[in-house]
Amino acid sequence: MNRNPILEVKDLEVEFGKGKNRFKAVDGVSFNIYKGETFGLVGESGSGKTTIGRAIIRLNEVSNGEIIFEGEDISGKLSREKERNVKKNIQMIFQDPMASLNERAKVDYIISEGLLNLNKKKSKKEINKEVHNALLNVGLLPEFASRFPHEFSGGQRQRIGIARSLIMEPKFIIADEPISALDVSIRAQVLNLLLELQKRKKLTYLFIAHDLSVVKFITDRVAVIYKGKIVEMAPTEKLFKNPLHPYTISLISAIPLPDPIREKNKRLKIYDSKIHNYIENPPKWIEIEPEHFVLANEMEITKYRKRLK
Amino acid sequence: MERKEKILEVKDLVVKFRLRGEILTAIRKASLDVYKGESLAIVGESGSGKSVFTKSFMGLLDKNGFIDGGKIKYMEKDLSTYKKEKDWIKIRGKEIAMVFQEPMTSLNPLKTVGKQIKETIELHRDIRGKSSKEEAIKILEDVGISKASMRYDSYPHEFSGGMRQRVVIAIAIACNPKILICDEPTTALDVTIQAQILNLLKRLKKKYNLTTIYITHDLGVVANVADRVAVMYAGDIVEIGKAEEVFYNPKHPYTWALLSSLPQLGKKGEALYSIEGTPPNLFEEIKGDAFAPRNPRALNIDFVKKPPYFSISPTHKAKTWLLDPKAPLVEPPEGIKNLNKYFGGKRDE
Ligand SMILES: Nc1ncnc2c1ncn2[C@@H]1O[C@H](COP(=O)(O)OP(=O)(O)OP(=O)(O)O)[C@@H](O)[C@H]1O
Ligand SMILES: Nc1ncnc2c1ncn2[C@@H]1O[C@H](COP(=O)(O)OP(=O)(O)OP(=O)(O)O)[C@@H](O)[C@H]1O
Ligand SMILES: [Mg+2]
Ligand SMILES: [Mg+2]
Repeated sequence: MNRNPILEVKDLEVEFGKGKNRFKAVDGVSFNIYKGETFGLVGESGSGKTTIGRAIIRLNEVSNGEIIFEGEDISGKLSREKERNVKKNIQMIFQDPMASLNERAKVDYIISEGLLNLNKKKSKKEINKEVHNALLNVGLLPEFASRFPHEFSGGQRQRIGIARSLIMEPKFIIADEPISALDVSIRAQVLNLLLELQKRKKLTYLFIAHDLSVVKFITDRVAVIYKGKIVEMAPTEKLFKNPLHPYTISLISAIPLPDPIREKNKRLKIYDSKIHNYIENPPKWIEIEPEHFVLANEMEITKYRKRLK
Repeated sequence: MERKEKILEVKDLVVKFRLRGEILTAIRKASLDVYKGESLAIVGESGSGKSVFTKSFMGLLDKNGFIDGGKIKYMEKDLSTYKKEKDWIKIRGKEIAMVFQEPMTSLNPLKTVGKQIKETIELHRDIRGKSSKEEAIKILEDVGISKASMRYDSYPHEFSGGMRQRVVIAIAIACNPKILICDEPTTALDVTIQAQILNLLKRLKKKYNLTTIYITHDLGVVANVADRVAVMYAGDIVEIGKAEEVFYNPKHPYTWALLSSLPQLGKKGEALYSIEGTPPNLFEEIKGDAFAPRNPRALNIDFVKKPPYFSISPTHKAKTWLLDPKAPLVEPPEGIKNLNKYFGGKRDE
């Protein structure tokens, strides 16, 4: 794999709320995403996944840390030119296809909106042609351009969201739960589309999802996040083969498998953060085997090392 | 299910919608027996009619929808003849209750969760005041909300997604229904919370002797909760059987296609299987087997005549001409043979 990072997130913090209600939704998160790879972000509801995505596309303000895209910090105030560059190159497919499409606009407007904002000089004809191609690219008919979002099924709407991102020809796409509301077959279609586009256009993805069977299938590396902190990060194969952090273990044990006998005999492993003795013995972020990182204190590191042998 | 007592009997149900002067047929003569105390899952493509089918048991069809044939027998009554809200009130919540996908849309954001449960209790049961409040707190404890008497006065937005879904379940069981229908109860939740909610539902089912019907796209969830599985396609149940029968020995080509699309069966770097074509147009009459146009293994007769049910075992049947004694032998796709061996023991717990 080409090991040039396209995106570097360093000690990222994002805070919400005012006064004594202020809290860190993202608390010191660091990771790199390499060109052409699919990087997965998994973790419980409310752990800060969407917030990280929104911070990268500059929708959430960064309270601390850096976000470096193609070698340049994009986290603070930017010149017009740079802002525009970020908008063009980084696109986000939003979590909820029902809520994220403007109900009153027709599909062609929805898809071309970003393009119109970016480049006012393009002619109507050029734009129409690009919308036409964007629709074909995601397996929709060009005729759909003049319809409204509510006239589509969930899977089709999700693809409209994807077309809207792709028309910008970004280098980097943040896909936030792009498939959770879809049935298995449409889910497979959307995943295939993302994979094919990656091959064809050398795209890089940050893929956020609850469904770990999908994460296992589509990502190259995964970070597991718990309450705003990354607790484990590794190449996908390694993480699923040798999960070390108890939260990762509980996540993996909870994946429902399509096998009734196995499912009915399964025992849940529930993670309780109180099992760590972090006050006396604080954790460190260490590389425990090549490319496999985990948050652990001395005692845990010894235990994990033994387990890896 | 050794001793089988039917609690709900749906026979040849037809449900239609009026849409801009046209008629759409969402449920096409579907039949289903639900047994007391069982846990049944309904699976199938988006738009195949799972929600419409179950909503019709509770009088919750949208205004433009209507029942155009068939029966829904529940305790000696035929619910398909119910027209007035007054009649439905006796069924809804009290006999048959529903948990919807979006907890936020089924909770009132302006009322405390305790009050919402208390009101439901008072609407259906003969208790008031202090004792209905006590009952509400007991139910909150039952669904796993700790410090329930304190949490009684919280508003929905003060709860996490998983906790809100517990509250929705609390409201659903507050009036002791006999049947609980859960429509995508865990889709918005992460896997650990999903697993906890499923365990909760299973525990409540035992405790209250509930009959549960699950609707979900997640076949892992189905494997976890269901005794029996019904597979829906274009408004009809095309296959039904015990969970093991449907997962390990599926017979309908649509069930084959559905199982083949599982991400767990995908190989890294290769495309996942996905079903070709589009579902049938429900505004038009469907001829033969509705899945035939998308079925690479379709027989000639599939395009002409609607198949009846063929039994595979006393508990397993499917509507496909492939099961006709005169049909040629067609094997299911390789990938989904031996699903049990595929997952069994693959990862140790
Ligand atoms: N605009 C906001 N104002 C205040 N709090 C917020 C805001 N956006 C997010 N939060 C809070 O930040 C935390 C992280 O939320 P986020 O949406 O990033 O979680 P997530 O990991 O994407 O969860 P899910 O899996 O449910 O989508 C949550 O506690 C959430 O309530
Ligand atoms: N109020 C309505 N007016 C017109 N058509 C409707 C209405 N409600 C549902 N339908 C149609 O009835 C069919 C069945 O819908 P239903 O909601 O039962 O699907 P479903 O199987 O629950 O799908 P999903 O998995 O996406 O929830 C669909 O084609 C849908 O478009
Ligand atoms: Mg999110
Ligand atoms: Mg539905």
